[in-house]
Amino acid sequence: MQGGPEQETTTDERHSSRVAFEVNDARRELTLDNRTTLLDTLRERLGLIGAKKGCDHGQCGSCTVLLDGRRVKSCLILAVTLDGRSVVTVEGLAGPDELSPLQAAFVAHDAFQCGYCTPGQICSARGMLDEVARGWPSAVTGDLTAPAELTDAEIRERMAGNLCRCAAYPHIVAAVRETATTR
Amino acid sequence: MRPFRYHRPADVAEAVAVLAAEPEAAYLAGGTNLVDLMKLGVQRPDLLVDVTRLPLDAVEELPDGGLRIGATVRNSDLAAHPAVRRDYPVLARALLDAASGQLRNLATTGGNLLQRTRCVYFQDTGKACNKREPGTGCAARHGQNRDLAVLDWSDLCVATHPSDLAVALAALDAVVEVHEPDGPRDVPLAALHRSPGEHPERETTLERGTLITAVRLPALPAARHSTYRKVRDRASFAFAVGSVAAVLDLDGDVVRDVRLAYGAVAHRPWRAYRAEEELRGRPFSPELAARAADAELAEARPLRHNGFKLPLTRAITVRTLTELAEGARS
Repeated sequence: MQGGPEQETTTDERHSSRVAFEVNDARRELTLDNRTTLLDTLRERLGLIGAKKGCDHGQCGSCTVLLDGRRVKSCLILAVTLDGRSVVTVEGLAGPDELSPLQAAFVAHDAFQCGYCTPGQICSARGMLDEVARGWPSAVTGDLTAPAELTDAEIRERMAGNLCRCAAYPHIVAAVRETATTR
Repeated sequence: MRPFRYHRPADVAEAVAVLAAEPEAAYLAGGTNLVDLMKLGVQRPDLLVDVTRLPLDAVEELPDGGLRIGATVRNSDLAAHPAVRRDYPVLARALLDAASGQLRNLATTGGNLLQRTRCVYFQDTGKACNKREPGTGCAARHGQNRDLAVLDWSDLCVATHPSDLAVALAALDAVVEVHEPDGPRDVPLAALHRSPGEHPERETTLERGTLITAVRLPALPAARHSTYRKVRDRASFAFAVGSVAAVLDLDGDVVRDVRLAYGAVAHRPWRAYRAEEELRGRPFSPELAARAADAELAEARPLRHNGFKLPLTRAITVRTLTELAEGARS
């Protein structure tokens, strides 16, 4: 459903903007058609193809990245809004020859089959563990005023924004649980 | 997607002035609904006025015990705020039951109230929809209408309002602070959303170009005993097929005060005043709660596929109030 009923193109500079923001600690400056999403900017302009386009409507989570440290869906963010902000993608979670603890846990627990949703799952889990560390409750937290305990039910609820059509869910939960308890 | 210009206003007054001067402009906040609708071709603004950097992102505890929530406060920050978790659990629960972690990190308080219906016919530009395009008809009225309204619909539109947050705010008697070209104004949340009537394309009572700047919650000590129950087709990350926001204050067994609002039943969050009247001043029992729900739903007109919403709404009313009553007694 990209582009709606008709595709309209423009090179009109009224409809473009100069945008400067940080991606994986590097400053990037681009001229973008205002319609360009963060996801398309990463994949088509910056060569960062870790974040995936699944549904392109904010429903599947495979495009998840961290924006100023928070997990977000990059398909619903217009890149023109990002001036001065900071994005981390799955490529930025660890150096080129190493794995972050979450990535290592996903490998150890076989937490994927086809792998398409995996970068989104890992970025989402990274953001989610920080939310837990900040004491944020979830829909399944019993006592809203107490610090959240990361049970399997909590992990499942908090990761509900990421679909895995291979249904590797039990292994994803195990990988996140291990990372949470050993970090 | 139609090409559009982008503008970041310096302050609220400028944002409102730009919208007043630009008939096809739209405000952009979290974008979780608007950007999607632009991709679908349902909304086609030629200018986006980005309000996310305006200083509207504070949650402020008011001297009278109430709370003032800036319009660009993100859903996740609001749900995690200590005062919300302590004093208005119904609000925290409604937020946490909505969308996903990634979306709550983007979606704002004001944007949530102004989000559009998820009626699939509205979202499909190939289908007739009086809301999207006045005068074209309503494909939903006799189509797949399981998810649509049972109360207060019109022949022109059977859409529901999709928000969970708005249902909690309706129960809490929230006040919406808005900025119009003429200046600031307060709008009670109960008067913010419209019935579809003859003009389903108008979803709120706000003049075009009005900017929501904050939502104010009055002090309501009884709201410490409050909760939100949402029924949906899967365990998480789905819109409601029925929901209830409830505040219950008991004096012994007698209902001293009660606030009830329903989601997924109408074009606006549905404050259940009639049910409250049935409950107030009477000794609480599940049977009383059932009679109260029946009184509220007496004028419902279910569509072909959504008759189940009546027993569902009745059941969640009984269960939610009964649990609040048991919690108050223990």
